[in-house]
Parts: sequence; C-alpha cells; structure tokens
Amino acid sequence: MTVIVTEQSFDPWQEIQNYQNAANLLDGQVGATDVFIGTMRDFNDGSEVQAMTLEHYPGMTEKQLENSVAEARQQWQVLDALVIHRVGDIFPNEAIVLVAVWAAHRGDAFDACRYLMEALKTKAPFWKKERLISADSRWVKENTDGYKSAK
Amino acid sequence: MSIKIRYFASLKESLGRSEDTLLADGLASVREVWQQANPELVLPDRILVAINQDYASLNDQVNDGDEVAFFPPVTGG
Repeated sequence: MTVIVTEQSFDPWQEIQNYQNAANLLDGQVGATDVFIGTMRDFNDGSEVQAMTLEHYPGMTEKQLENSVAEARQQWQVLDALVIHRVGDIFPNEAIVLVAVWAAHRGDAFDACRYLMEALKTKAPFWKKERLISADSRWVKENTDGYKSAK
Repeated sequence: MSIKIRYFASLKESLGRSEDTLLADGLASVREVWQQANPELVLPDRILVAINQDYASLNDQVNDGDEVAFFPPVTGG
C-alpha cells in the first residue's frame, strides 16, 4: 500500500506498470485491477482555465490518505493499493490523481477504488486555485458529490 | 501553554499569514483558539478544523503543544 504526494508530473500508466512490477503483483493472486485517473480540464464552472495550483497540508494529507486506505482494507479484500496525487502547478491534460486497487475479485477492486477516491475528495486536505484564461485567479470552493450525476 | 495555529488556502490568503503561535493560559477549545488568535474575526462558515492533523470539531479540547489548523472545504482529486 503506497501513498505519494508529489510536485512532479507523472504518467499514471507508467506508475501502475512500475508498481505492479516492483511489488510483483501479477503472481497469480490478482483477478481484478481497478484504476481511477483524474486529469485536469481546461474549463470549469463556465470559464476557461489555463493552469491550476494545488496547495496541501503536508503531513495531514498523507495521514488522511493512509487512513482511507486502511478503512478500505477493513471493508474490502484488497491485495494492494497505490494513491498518487499532484501538488504545485498543474496544466490541462496532466494527471492530478491516480488511485489503483488490486484485488482477487472485481467487486472489491471497484468498490475499494471508488471509496478511496470519494474519501480523497472529501477528506484529503488539498485545495485548488485556478488561473483563468482571463488572467483572473480563483479558489475552487468545494468538490461536487461524486455519487450525484454531473450537471 | 503554546499552540501552533496553521491556516491554508483562501483562509490563509484572506488573513495574510499562514500560521500563528498562541501563548496563553486557560485555552479550552478550538473555537477559543480561533477567537484569541483572531479577536476581530468571526469564524468563517463551513470552516474545517484539525488538531494534530486529525479532523476535529470546534468544541474539541486543545492541549499544550497541539497544532491546530483551520481551512476551507477541501478540493483535491
């Protein structure tokens, strides 16, 4: 189980591949891998966005994410999990977040991955500030509920 | 006792500082920590608080050496 908060841009697919190989995950136990990747859009709330700065609370961020991983492991049969989240300056199309869950069966993989992502959205202390094409800046006020359909 | 206070994101910007150190006797709750550090300011609506990097409520007790954080709703992911 690994949680990483990084200022470096990352290729989520490469990270998954590297992690699987390093942890020797594909040794016959894994029947289901569920992956969520969040990438940056170039629009939000009716405005064009050119960049974003992600602030966080170092220490608490990792603690909250590790708590969420532990909670997921209590509820589902999870073989391994990888969470990576960017901080600092981010540009459209770059990956913001990766959550990957390896399990024997798809139910555990799907549900644990969804749980981890929703817990991250509501509990991990990250804050986004958008830089608009108009050169204005604004803080994103709150995350939407992931279980309600997007507007 | 000594309490380290931290502020983040839009709250940090509006206060113009990221932290305070509060030296005081008789502090009791997170709410009182805010009031002593920011006597002219009412607590913003929907503020989140943490004690030693765990979520807490405004009525929770603080102890000497605690780190108390105030921040707006989180927007990661």
